[in-house]
Amino acid sequence: MNYIEHIGKYFLMLSRVFRKPQRSKVFYEAFLKEIEDLGLKSLGIIMFISFFIGGVIALQTALNLENPFIPKSLVGFAAKRSIILEFAPTFCSIILAGKVGSYITSSIGTMRVTEQIDALEVMGINSLNYLVLPKVLSTVFFYPFLILLAMFLGVFGGWVAGMVSGLFTGADYIEGIQLDFKPFLITYAIIKTLVFAFLIATVPSYHGYYVKGGSIAVGRASTQSVVWTTILIVIANYFLTQMLLT
Amino acid sequence: MIEVKNLHKGFGDVNVLKGITATFKPGKTNLIIGQSGSGKTVFLKSLIGLHTPEEGTISFDGRINTKFTANEKQQWRQEIGMVFQGSALFDSQTVEDNVMFPLKMFTKQSHKEMLDRVNFVLDRVNLKNSNKKLPAELSGGMQKRVAIARAIVMNPKYLFCDEPNSGLDPQTAIVIDNLIQEITDEYNITTVINTHDMNSVMEIGEKIVFLKDGRKAWEGSSEEIFKTDNEAVVSFVYSSNLFKKVREAYLKETK
Repeated sequence: MNYIEHIGKYFLMLSRVFRKPQRSKVFYEAFLKEIEDLGLKSLGIIMFISFFIGGVIALQTALNLENPFIPKSLVGFAAKRSIILEFAPTFCSIILAGKVGSYITSSIGTMRVTEQIDALEVMGINSLNYLVLPKVLSTVFFYPFLILLAMFLGVFGGWVAGMVSGLFTGADYIEGIQLDFKPFLITYAIIKTLVFAFLIATVPSYHGYYVKGGSIAVGRASTQSVVWTTILIVIANYFLTQMLLT
Repeated sequence: MIEVKNLHKGFGDVNVLKGITATFKPGKTNLIIGQSGSGKTVFLKSLIGLHTPEEGTISFDGRINTKFTANEKQQWRQEIGMVFQGSALFDSQTVEDNVMFPLKMFTKQSHKEMLDRVNFVLDRVNLKNSNKKLPAELSGGMQKRVAIARAIVMNPKYLFCDEPNSGLDPQTAIVIDNLIQEITDEYNITTVINTHDMNSVMEIGEKIVFLKDGRKAWEGSSEEIFKTDNEAVVSFVYSSNLFKKVREAYLKETK
């Protein structure tokens, strides 16, 4: 199957996903469960990585700004920009693509190869709507909060790194964070996150739903879904940046 | 009654079903038998609407399923119960939730009403004290019982089973066969079972359709299958010495 066919099939899938749920109570329960599975269970890894990467960004910036004519507040400024613009929305989304994407593909793919999806269809249930819509809405709803938390912890990690290493003072770092603060940058990061969250839910669902074969095919589909989600996030990141910041 | 006329279905260049015409008796246990690769599963999946036929019609009590409107199709779906080969239970849900699922989706019953119905059907398939277990915690035979309970919880008019006793030991297989037979008689369901288990053919087959290479090669009752001299049926059904001897004994007795 060529790429054009995959793209067409992906959009046809979306047209079946975005329908009114057959039973709102069942949908609401599934939505809450997906928030737990796809969102809350990713909190730990995102918090851990954000804190330490924030620290590394601040340390590396400080180590590369040894010129006495450059104010130390620039460390906080550069760390803030790096974390808000790229690290939190893009890097964290790529991590989530790996963690959540493979989970989505393998869970839906297993349902496909064990005929659970056929069972849903025989009952008269729109299986794509039932399985994928709660995932899409839960990631789009929850990931902005996750990314805001990643921003905060990244910046905080930078401050802790400065305190521990003694490379810059807390006052300089905080001054840098406050310097030329543009709220639109947060909006830009949230817009990116919404697009990435949509991709993280739909691309792996596509790979899982249309898997053919057995357990090896499910494993292969999981790998492919992570690769394709990452590629699409990187491409979307480029175009969104050009559209929103230039 | 389920009537199939000139059914064709293929995948790419491969024609799997090549013009099958058959009828399945109402309120009876109908069997589809045939070798692996003869098109049994594709035939069954076409009957339940998972495959769209390229040619031909399938009618359920006079209603042709390819001509249904969306609402009629939805209604028809709820008249169908299906037991899949691997049970196809939702592995993240408990036994109770699996069986309750169709009720939650398609009825407006209170939780207590649904629970009563779930307990009733679980009791009917002789599965007690397993409501809160996950499918992975059950044996193959118990999983099949849950699948049957889920299939009948909506009071279907038609029950389809894809190799219901595959992977089960002979004793459990007979229990599952008998359970399906009892449920068919008790609720007057039109049951269609896809199998290559000869015990099932002898025990519960009231009407048998034999497929070979995507075509119907023979059709008849379990008694007629003893008497037939259709070569394809004889070589398939009586390939084991045990069944050969059973047939010989039957023919001797009825002479």
